[in-house]
Amino acid sequence: MNPLKTYTGKIVSIPTENIDTDQIIPAQFLKVTDKNGLGKNLFFNWRYLPDGSPNPDFVLNRAESQGATILVAGDNFGCGSSREHAPWALAAFGFRVLISTGFADIFRNNSLKNGLLPVIVDRETHRQLQSLAEEDPETRITIDLPNQTLTLPDGRTVNFPIDPFSKHCLVNGIDQLGYLREHLPAIEEYEKTHPQRVKTI
Amino acid sequence: MTNTPRTLFEKIWDDHVVVHENGNPAVLYIDLHLVHEVTSPQAFTGLREKGLTVRRPSQTLATMDHGIPTTPPNIPITDAMVINQISQLEKNCTEFGIPLMGMDSPNRGIVHVIGPELGATQPGMTIVCGDSHTATHGAFGALAFGIGTSEIEHVLATQSLLQQKPKSMEIRVDGTLKPGVTAKDIILAVIAKIGIGGGTGYVVEYTGSAIRSLNMEERMTVCNMSIEGGARAGMVAPDDTTFEFLANRPLAPQGAAWDEAVAQWRQLRTDDGATYDKTVTLNADDLTPMITYGTNPGMGMKITDTIPDPADVADVSARQSLQKALDYMGLQPGKPLLGHPVDVVFLGSCTNSRLHDLWQAASVLKGRKVAPNVRMLVVPGSQRVKAQAEAEGLDKIFIEAGAEWRESGCSMCIAMNGDQLSPGQYAVSTSNRNFEGRQGPGGRTFLASPLTAAASAVAGAVADVRVLMNNE
Repeated sequence: MNPLKTYTGKIVSIPTENIDTDQIIPAQFLKVTDKNGLGKNLFFNWRYLPDGSPNPDFVLNRAESQGATILVAGDNFGCGSSREHAPWALAAFGFRVLISTGFADIFRNNSLKNGLLPVIVDRETHRQLQSLAEEDPETRITIDLPNQTLTLPDGRTVNFPIDPFSKHCLVNGIDQLGYLREHLPAIEEYEKTHPQRVKTI
Repeated sequence: MTNTPRTLFEKIWDDHVVVHENGNPAVLYIDLHLVHEVTSPQAFTGLREKGLTVRRPSQTLATMDHGIPTTPPNIPITDAMVINQISQLEKNCTEFGIPLMGMDSPNRGIVHVIGPELGATQPGMTIVCGDSHTATHGAFGALAFGIGTSEIEHVLATQSLLQQKPKSMEIRVDGTLKPGVTAKDIILAVIAKIGIGGGTGYVVEYTGSAIRSLNMEERMTVCNMSIEGGARAGMVAPDDTTFEFLANRPLAPQGAAWDEAVAQWRQLRTDDGATYDKTVTLNADDLTPMITYGTNPGMGMKITDTIPDPADVADVSARQSLQKALDYMGLQPGKPLLGHPVDVVFLGSCTNSRLHDLWQAASVLKGRKVAPNVRMLVVPGSQRVKAQAEAEGLDKIFIEAGAEWRESGCSMCIAMNGDQLSPGQYAVSTSNRNFEGRQGPGGRTFLASPLTAAASAVAGAVADVRVLMNNE
């Protein structure tokens, strides 16, 4: 996993609330058996017209949005299914940071395991970021993960929450499976003292 | 052991914490891991790349359900990507020693239908699957939730997961459901009340006399859609209804072990004096058939209501979201949905594809016909449900009414297998999501109960089943 410490990038805003994982990556693209190539299908039904050409009205297709790596999205981003294809597609497209007033639980978990940082901000900051993105598409902001701050172009800094473990893993690029496997002796001990509840074989 | 009163959720959580280091997430032990073809291939690849094995194949159960066709078994699958996912799952299960309910198995079906019907789903267990509707299994008093593919790999390798402890929410539904009102209407009313993000960060326990009086299939319908309210898990404390359902199922405990298990399961209830972080209440007496009008499951209303007007919504973002939804749905504010023409009726999905659901729909369709302008698909939740329905003659009722009687699978709920709406078509669907394009690009979905779906199929338009019932 790519570590993420301090990061400065260009923002783009999709203000729609409750953007579900079917919008982020529709089910027809879940037939793959690897994680590659999903970036081109991100927001497929919004991004392309029925004839397959780019929808000029969709913000990610506009010339001024090119190179954006921080997505400012409406509340409850990533609701719906557990498909990790959603963060895979966002990361493959080039996003490193997602900002919203709230994220769905499973999506948030999945993002953190793919070097994609979900940042929760208050409504006022969210509104300000949306306006900035609309007024000046070249707006860049800085995320300082160790200090859990977001710095706006006017120099104002805003704190954001993240649990210490996820932060540690993201800052150091640690795969969580490694930490979990360190506890295998304790897992083995648990199995000795807790009878297996169901045997599928 | 502490004597502090605990909720059902806390009891199961405490019982499965392997290690909880200060400041870190808990290592939570997983009793049962369900696997399907769509979200697992990359997890098995991860194991291979790291040289790892599956820690507990005998606590793992695999099937294929998401992408498979529901056409008769003698018709070959043509989608090369679906064929590839099926063969990958077969190969992965063989290589790692995981039991697979494969294409030819009489036990194959939607993963959340077969777990309970095989008796693999049991009270007090932790159950996970790479699918957000894993919440279904909570109906048995299990802590069951959906996980991503990275976490699938974690569970395959360690039989454990790293988890932050969620908060608890009680959703209490007292009272008695009126005729024509079902478990689906309860959960659609709950989601309309709390909103689709209302349960974020919570595990829900459904309590109250109306929940208690539901059968297991109905409790599964309620728990299934916990995720549509944002909650990863929903649960109901086990009782005699639960034990009667599980008795003599192939993977349930048998003989003396059964008696011992039931004695333990009876302890799985929220203690008097235990507190939840939040409580929401509904009265079943006030509920009517529900239907959604928008593009998320929280946009639901009484079937007799009129479509809300964005102009009445104060919050700017919420107003824009509602307007966007109505534009997509092609609906006008202030108009009723009753009588709105319907092109397709879908009876199926892990929400409503069990025998009880089929019986309910069949009770409406018996002696009636699906309207000529409507295509109705009936997709049983599993091959066992299909066989049982055929033994009871339900297939004939559906076929005589003019509906399609198909093989089991997720089908038009996720529309990966060719069962899908055409752009612009309207469906009344017993599934769980009405997101834009969920049932096919450009398709427009009204979520409702099997009773409402069947009544709408007959009418060729959104219909109130109570009117049909009153005319009988």
